[in-house]
Amino acid sequence: MSIVLETVSLGKRFGGIVATNDVSLRLEKGARHALIGPNGAGKTTLINLLTGVLEPTSGSIALDGEDITRLAQHRRVQRGIVRTFQINQLFNALTPLQSLALTVSVQLGIGAQWWRPLGRDRRIAAKCETLLAQFHLEDVMDQKVLELAYGKRRLLEIATALACKPRVLLLDEPAAGVPEGEREEIFRAVGALPQDVSVLLIEHDMDLVFNFARRVTVLVNGAIFAEGDVQAISSDERVKAVYLGHGDGRGHG
Amino acid sequence: MTAAHGLKEAARWRWWEGVLVVALALSWLLLPSQALLLNEIAILALFAMSLDLILGYAGIVSLGHAAFFGFGAYTAALFAKHVLPDPLAGLAVAVTTTALLGAACSVLILRGSDLTRLMVTLGVASILYELANKLDWLTGGADGLQGVVMGPLLTPFGRFDFDLYGRTAYAYTLVVLGICLFIARRLVNSPFGFSLQALRDNRLRAASIGLPVNARLVAVYTVAAAMAGAAGALLAQTSGFASLDVFDFHRSAEVLLALVIGGTGYLYGGIFGALAFKLLQDLISGWTPQYWNFWLGLFLVVLVLVGRDRLIRSRTWWRTRA
Repeated sequence: MSIVLETVSLGKRFGGIVATNDVSLRLEKGARHALIGPNGAGKTTLINLLTGVLEPTSGSIALDGEDITRLAQHRRVQRGIVRTFQINQLFNALTPLQSLALTVSVQLGIGAQWWRPLGRDRRIAAKCETLLAQFHLEDVMDQKVLELAYGKRRLLEIATALACKPRVLLLDEPAAGVPEGEREEIFRAVGALPQDVSVLLIEHDMDLVFNFARRVTVLVNGAIFAEGDVQAISSDERVKAVYLGHGDGRGHG
Repeated sequence: MTAAHGLKEAARWRWWEGVLVVALALSWLLLPSQALLLNEIAILALFAMSLDLILGYAGIVSLGHAAFFGFGAYTAALFAKHVLPDPLAGLAVAVTTTALLGAACSVLILRGSDLTRLMVTLGVASILYELANKLDWLTGGADGLQGVVMGPLLTPFGRFDFDLYGRTAYAYTLVVLGICLFIARRLVNSPFGFSLQALRDNRLRAASIGLPVNARLVAVYTVAAAMAGAAGALLAQTSGFASLDVFDFHRSAEVLLALVIGGTGYLYGGIFGALAFKLLQDLISGWTPQYWNFWLGLFLVVLVLVGRDRLIRSRTWWRTRA
């Protein structure tokens, strides 16, 4: 398998605090890779480094072998590195349809057009219809985002990222805060992501991690603590001790 | 309803937009004696609409929008006095130079918080005010720029001289307002326009979908400056005069008040707000010339506290809030 995204000895310091320490990570094409770790392990910092919100203090990031360590945020999106947020970051005064249409227009390279109406390009409407259907947002597509139920907003969060046509999709706790009854819908949406997209999933929900991911990386104190396939990690005693909280019950499942 | 249909809905012409355009045209025909006041209103409406582009759509707060209004006014007056008295050429020059000024100033509003932007815009307007005051060999200083004689409007439909009653002036202003409204309407319904709302709502996400946020802010600030410059130029050309007053803080405050009265973020707030503001001012000052500011202030406080929707829909007055 070809490597799509690779970091080499990535590091980030905030003054005296090391938030990311010597992280080397490889993401294959079509990967389903989970990143887990206790709170404060530096998972979100790592995503911010990958998407260009933060600049690393050391190390490098490469996409398809090309160095993108210093590339601006929006340029990385154009190259296909897209993320979702742990806390919904949506356009509250727009509707889901308008949010997606705008995102698709940016993706198509016509986001700066100022003379033609947003809905004029047929490709935009077609793509929006697909996304709205895929994420079960058709019945609320004309409501203001602010008025949507939380679960729907969570779905729009992922749909917006997918509208950017990602090659690498970074999902930051997609199920965070979603009530029990609506989790299934999120799980299904995450499970149905296109196969050729490489997904890096940050999640606390172990059901989602172990059902969805094929590979797992455990981050502790900003550094990689363990990495392996799902079976290996789920039965790793050291991982259980630091993260899964079953350190006292050694040997149990 | 399909997505294609839903997207077209936002750009559709509403019935009341047509009514408004017809009413503006009729006001010229039916109220010739009020042309001077109406001209003032239309200029304030254009000025407020330009503020709406940056405040209502892109979320950039400004307490110094008069910087562009004043710059346009002085440019148009100086051009008429020293270069060419033709109003259309003067308007084009004023719009172009004010756009350049807007583009240059836009770098100042990219970073920082709303408070930073309030202070920076206020500062820029103060700087221009003092420059116009000090450079009296050019601007006439505190006396204002006098001796501006405007030539006639030379249009494909004939030659129109500016008259004492403001009939030509009002028609000229209305046409410019109409053109700017049409351009702004196309702009806000385009991908560009929606990207402004997106970055107003959530800059973090706007950048995360690949929007070049700073480039958008520079662009919209430049367009808004150009329209404010056009409003200023119209004032100077139709009054044949430019004074320090055009840069004054009360101009920036007045346009913000008019826009808030009319409502931000739907493009017509500037027009309705200017109408309400000027009529209210005219009405109250006729009734109590010394204390009109008191009543205007009281109205504003009530408007903001009660909320515009509730104040306009009188049937909700006696209902308790749901």
